[in-house]
Amino acid sequence: MSVIYILISISILVAVIFFLAFIKAVRSGQYDDDYTPSVRMLFDDELKKTPDSQIIKTNQKQV
Amino acid sequence: MDASKCYHCGLNIVEDDLIVFDDKNFCCNGCKTVFEIFNQNDLTCYYDFEQFPGATPQDIQGKYDFLDNTAILEKLLEFNEDTIHIVSLSLPHIHCSSCIWILENLKKLQPGISSSQVNFQEKTVRITYDNQKTNLKEIVYLLSSIGYEPYISLENYEAGQKNTDRSLVYKIGVAFFCFGNIMLLSFPEYFEVSEYWLNHYRNFFRWLIFALALPSFFYSASGYYVAAYKGIRAGILNIEIPIALGIIVMFVRSAFDIILGYGPGFFDSLTGLVFFMLLGKMFQIKTYGFLNFERDYKSYFPVAVTRISSEGVEQSIPIYEILKGDRILIRNQELIPADGILISESAEVDYSFVTGEAVAIAKKSGDKVFAGGKQIGKIAEIEVLNSVSQSYLTQLWSNDVFQKNVKQKFKNITDTISHYFTPILLLIAFVSFGYWIFIDGNTAFNVFTAVLIVACPCALALTAPFTLGNVLRILGRNKFFLKNALVIEQLERVDTIVFDKTGTITSTKSAQIHYEGDTFEDDKLIIIKEMLRTSNHPLSRMLYDFLPTTKTIKLDSFKEIPGSGMEGFYKNTTVKVGSDIFVSNTLKNELLQTTVAIQIDGRYFGRYIFKNEYRKDISELFSELGKVYNIKLLSGDNDGERETLQNILPANTEMVFNQKPEQKLAFIKNLQDQGHNVMMVGDGLNDAGALAQSDIGIAVSENVNIFSPACDAILDADNFGKLSNYLKLSKKAIKIIKMSFTLSIMYNIVGLSFAVTGNLAPLVAAIIMPLSTVTIVSFVTVMSNIYAKKLKI
Repeated sequence: MSVIYILISISILVAVIFFLAFIKAVRSGQYDDDYTPSVRMLFDDELKKTPDSQIIKTNQKQV
Repeated sequence: MDASKCYHCGLNIVEDDLIVFDDKNFCCNGCKTVFEIFNQNDLTCYYDFEQFPGATPQDIQGKYDFLDNTAILEKLLEFNEDTIHIVSLSLPHIHCSSCIWILENLKKLQPGISSSQVNFQEKTVRITYDNQKTNLKEIVYLLSSIGYEPYISLENYEAGQKNTDRSLVYKIGVAFFCFGNIMLLSFPEYFEVSEYWLNHYRNFFRWLIFALALPSFFYSASGYYVAAYKGIRAGILNIEIPIALGIIVMFVRSAFDIILGYGPGFFDSLTGLVFFMLLGKMFQIKTYGFLNFERDYKSYFPVAVTRISSEGVEQSIPIYEILKGDRILIRNQELIPADGILISESAEVDYSFVTGEAVAIAKKSGDKVFAGGKQIGKIAEIEVLNSVSQSYLTQLWSNDVFQKNVKQKFKNITDTISHYFTPILLLIAFVSFGYWIFIDGNTAFNVFTAVLIVACPCALALTAPFTLGNVLRILGRNKFFLKNALVIEQLERVDTIVFDKTGTITSTKSAQIHYEGDTFEDDKLIIIKEMLRTSNHPLSRMLYDFLPTTKTIKLDSFKEIPGSGMEGFYKNTTVKVGSDIFVSNTLKNELLQTTVAIQIDGRYFGRYIFKNEYRKDISELFSELGKVYNIKLLSGDNDGERETLQNILPANTEMVFNQKPEQKLAFIKNLQDQGHNVMMVGDGLNDAGALAQSDIGIAVSENVNIFSPACDAILDADNFGKLSNYLKLSKKAIKIIKMSFTLSIMYNIVGLSFAVTGNLAPLVAAIIMPLSTVTIVSFVTVMSNIYAKKLKI
């Protein structure tokens, strides 16, 4: 039954890991701006697509 | 797409100016150029996120020459090593997701930029660039050319790395970590089943809980001990004293319980309490990243200015290095940094930052110009009379009001309650201890600590932060931005409101215009309108908007005489538009009104008279406010509008005219000495002293992103009419706090009845504590939302 010592140590350890991750996130400034990232993630990474090529693509799909 | 609107900036297009490019309509060359830049670089997605996201680029030639000066550059950079430079620029135009997108893709436009990151709420962009490939001046020009002109002021000077205080977030993190784990480990104790294995491991659980409580007790709660200590030293019974007392007693008692094996202690309640109170503290803090409540003249003034050396060479020098006798150049739209004498023939100075008066004043060679004015039109040369810090306007900041860190001017509502609460609490604790000591010494000790634990004013301490925090957010949504939650309590105490006139109760954007004189034919009107269109003068702009729309023509000749007016010639008709003296020698302007006179073919016809336009809903607002508050008017102008004002303002309102900035300050101080709680509503830099002196200073601003002097709250001019409702809501907020105090006192009575009878089990404490917290928090949030809805905010 001393397995409980192991289990509880593991559970505490997991909590500590999450806690450290939180501290690291705060320290890196993740919580300083809570709006911009929410918009940023919606942008496409590639800028190659021009509006013209997008139009062509949609036309092709319709056909 | 709306055909009559510019594809880039969304402004209505004047027919003659229409530029069609790539099947899209543009209002001017600037907008077209921006589109071209984006088009060439495959960045036209810019227009996909929002409609009309752009701004027309402004002409900034020469304005940023000072960025070539390495000494100035050093001060502006956040990071500067080898070839990597990092700079944070404030871009007031940032307003939508398209802005974020284009600014984060700057590297496509300028290969020297390696990355750029937008902070939307602060309206800043942080740019990392290679100084071998590009430089800050080029970047600033690039930003300006795409419509995002950075705002660089003296405030940025010596900016460097900003240190943000994140200790509260850490404390909450620690508190939550401890609280969560202790709660889980406490479950076996709650159920108290005498099961063999649970009994066997009881001590292990308890000691683990004890260990987990330590960081919460020593680190997270440390702020309360400091505040309580300060309170005791200052002789004030603030709310932190019973809180700190409760926490410490709880900790000591629980430690005893665990060490001596009496029971599990109250560590679950302790850590929960610390966590919730810190959460309340966090909730109360609502910062508006893009606003600044601590502004002084530094945020208005440019970083550098162009000086003409004795050899006639132009050079950029930091503004602090301007000396008496220097000759400086002020370009179009630049701010005059120091008092001086105008050397150039003429200049138009717009003092709207200073006085709120939008109409520019014409100055002739030899006239004195004051710091804070903005030059409009041609480049002006000025000989400096005083250095920057000794100029007329900046001297205001040497007043004591700006020097000392003004201490909290009053005791807040929670501390007032605590003033009664703490002695009563101690009394109950000692009386019950005295009662039990004769029956059972051990129980007496338990009861004494239990009283202090259960009465720990957790709910009391949470009430104000959650109510005020919520009201702060409601007001923020309505564009009334408060510096902090304390301002709400101060608003509630106000009994006298002092208004500035120009720019505060009048609008700086528009004016009432009426015509006095002989009527003229429509074809003349076309010429006048066309002349006005060509001119950049603010009066011309306002008059142009006022006159009916006509067809456009091409003038045969046109000439603008700065400071006087303009002359146009079209098909045998000569038209002169401008100041009274320019148009006719005999004309006199007795009332000091702002006018534009018209002369056609040598004959004086009449003049347009500009009057300040009062903000809408103003008479309703004043009749509402007049019922409750003492209203006064303080103006830097002459009393030309006294009669109009008498109709708007409540009867017997005191009106004081011709007030200089320091006289305004003295006026407020005088009212305060009479025992009034004064709220000052102002706008310009000339109100800065009065705003700082008053118990609560509100700056009214047409554009909250850019200009407002140091104050306690910033009110968007569009919502000026709602001021009375905002004040009512602040009164309601205090009422809610009082109701909630009653509620939490009732909880305390229930808890105390357990405590004094010696029946406070840890489980009871663990139930009462979160229950009271949840009810209090939801009660105040719901109530403040209901009141806001009732007041139609």
